[in-house]
Amino acid sequence: MIEIRALTKRYGTTTAVEGLTFTVRPGTVTGFLGPNGAGKSTTMRMILGLDEPTSGSVLVNGHAPRAHAAPLHEVGAMLDPRAVLPSRSAFNHLLALAATSGIRRSRVDEVTEAVGLRAVAGRPAGKFSLGMAQRLGIAAALLGDPATVVLDEPVNGLDVEGIRWIRALLHDLASEGKTVFVSSHLMSEIGQTATHLIVIGRGRLIADTSVADFIASAAPPVVRVLSSGQSALAGLLRSPDVTVTPADDGALMVSGLSAGQVGATAAAAGITVFQLVTEQASLEDAFIDLTKDAVEYRAATCQEEK
Amino acid sequence: MTTTSLPRYPGRQRVTQARVMRSEWIKLRAQPSALWSLASAVILIIAFGILYSLLREARPPQGAAAIRSFDPVSVSLSGVELAQIATGVLGVLLITSEYATGLIRTTLAAVPRRLPVLWGKAAMVAAVTAGVTLPAALAVFLAGQEVMSHQHLAVSLGSPGVAPAVIGSSLYLAVCGLLGLALGALLRSTAGGISALFGLFFALPIVAGFLPGSWSGDIGKYLPSTAGLAVTTVHPDPATSLAPWAGLGVCCLYAAVLLGLAALRTQRGDAK
Repeated sequence: MIEIRALTKRYGTTTAVEGLTFTVRPGTVTGFLGPNGAGKSTTMRMILGLDEPTSGSVLVNGHAPRAHAAPLHEVGAMLDPRAVLPSRSAFNHLLALAATSGIRRSRVDEVTEAVGLRAVAGRPAGKFSLGMAQRLGIAAALLGDPATVVLDEPVNGLDVEGIRWIRALLHDLASEGKTVFVSSHLMSEIGQTATHLIVIGRGRLIADTSVADFIASAAPPVVRVLSSGQSALAGLLRSPDVTVTPADDGALMVSGLSAGQVGATAAAAGITVFQLVTEQASLEDAFIDLTKDAVEYRAATCQEEK
Repeated sequence: MTTTSLPRYPGRQRVTQARVMRSEWIKLRAQPSALWSLASAVILIIAFGILYSLLREARPPQGAAAIRSFDPVSVSLSGVELAQIATGVLGVLLITSEYATGLIRTTLAAVPRRLPVLWGKAAMVAAVTAGVTLPAALAVFLAGQEVMSHQHLAVSLGSPGVAPAVIGSSLYLAVCGLLGLALGALLRSTAGGISALFGLFFALPIVAGFLPGSWSGDIGKYLPSTAGLAVTTVHPDPATSLAPWAGLGVCCLYAAVLLGLAALRTQRGDAK
């Protein structure tokens, strides 16, 4: 469980995070979404007690981050997979980390086995590909069998098989009752994995919602219909609550009615329906829609700086 | 890459100072740059000590006064003055390598109280440096005396003040490691830490040398390296040097103050 209340972080005059309040609950995978620079990593560093909040509070499993007696058992994290001493072997990297909490060597073997790095654990961590480095970072996060798992962009750089693996892993962790908090700047990466979403932009909370509600609220479904009498059907469907727009291929895009209602209207008028589909807005569309303001703001600032 | 499911790992996994020290030991022995610093310290102690002993054997002191003030112990231990940089760099690297790579965040997330990490590194750098340089100091002392015995200038390990000088040399090098660690933790940059170390060990004595008359010696002998190097001698010159153990004590004070400041900086604020 992660409880964040009125969290604000400023670096000099730059505000990275402002007035964030949300709770990440155990037993589900919670996605932490926002464009690059939205404040996701800053928030995660405060969850780990690495950065001091300017104001507000963070509780992890009911304690302040720096008050844990057994930190690796409370929260396991991967912030930056490249944060290793390049010449030190992956095994020694994990062994040193485990030693801080008295975690046995056999656990290091277990974890390297589970992430698929057993065969290469003796190699210098600096020689790892990004995908292998991600796996090493995840191994480090799982060493202490933590109640809360925090991963910053874990899918970044993984191949298809790796992405599938991490999705299964996150589900397993959540089903064990762990709190799983995973950031990404790409909705498509996280939409299929997470059941709950925290969306931020410019350091502020934009949405705290289930994945299903998030899509529904951002863009309602659209019904696509192709029939023998398109213009007649369009006239029958139009009303103050319903909009009908033609698509490039001649189909009608109807919003405000269900597919059933559109089909019934056509049938009543004797119009033959060739195609009738409900098109769900994609997670990516919903996400872009919601964070548009934040992205535009950043683009504008970049231009000013030039 | 195949994967298997991960078993649970129950039980309390408390962080203790002893466990953090063990962690730092695992890190140090798996950090080639740190091991190279230690190796170069040993090489400098032995090679320069033997070289200077050979030089003094070839050009022995002339006249009663010069022979009386000749210190064959400090001649054989002269490599310590170069090795101090190597062990200081070791101290710097142990902490700045973590800041440079971002590894410090993983380390401090595992030990969120933070200070056990600094104390663990301090214990490791001191113990390992003293442990590795003591045999080197002893070896170069014996070799140097062997060389100088051809001119009947040698002393034995049992002579007054000799064994303390040999042991004190390795302790001084351990304190240099602590000074480096403290500077590294304060500046969080390898280049910055090593530059500060050179400033402390070499630039300050040069500046003190520019001071007029007796000020030069009076102030100079309290500088960290000048004070600390007094421990390598048996007959220090009171005008330019403190007594051996008093000098090492002064040097320890510098290390303690800098480590205290490093602790404050580590404990507070953001870890980056």
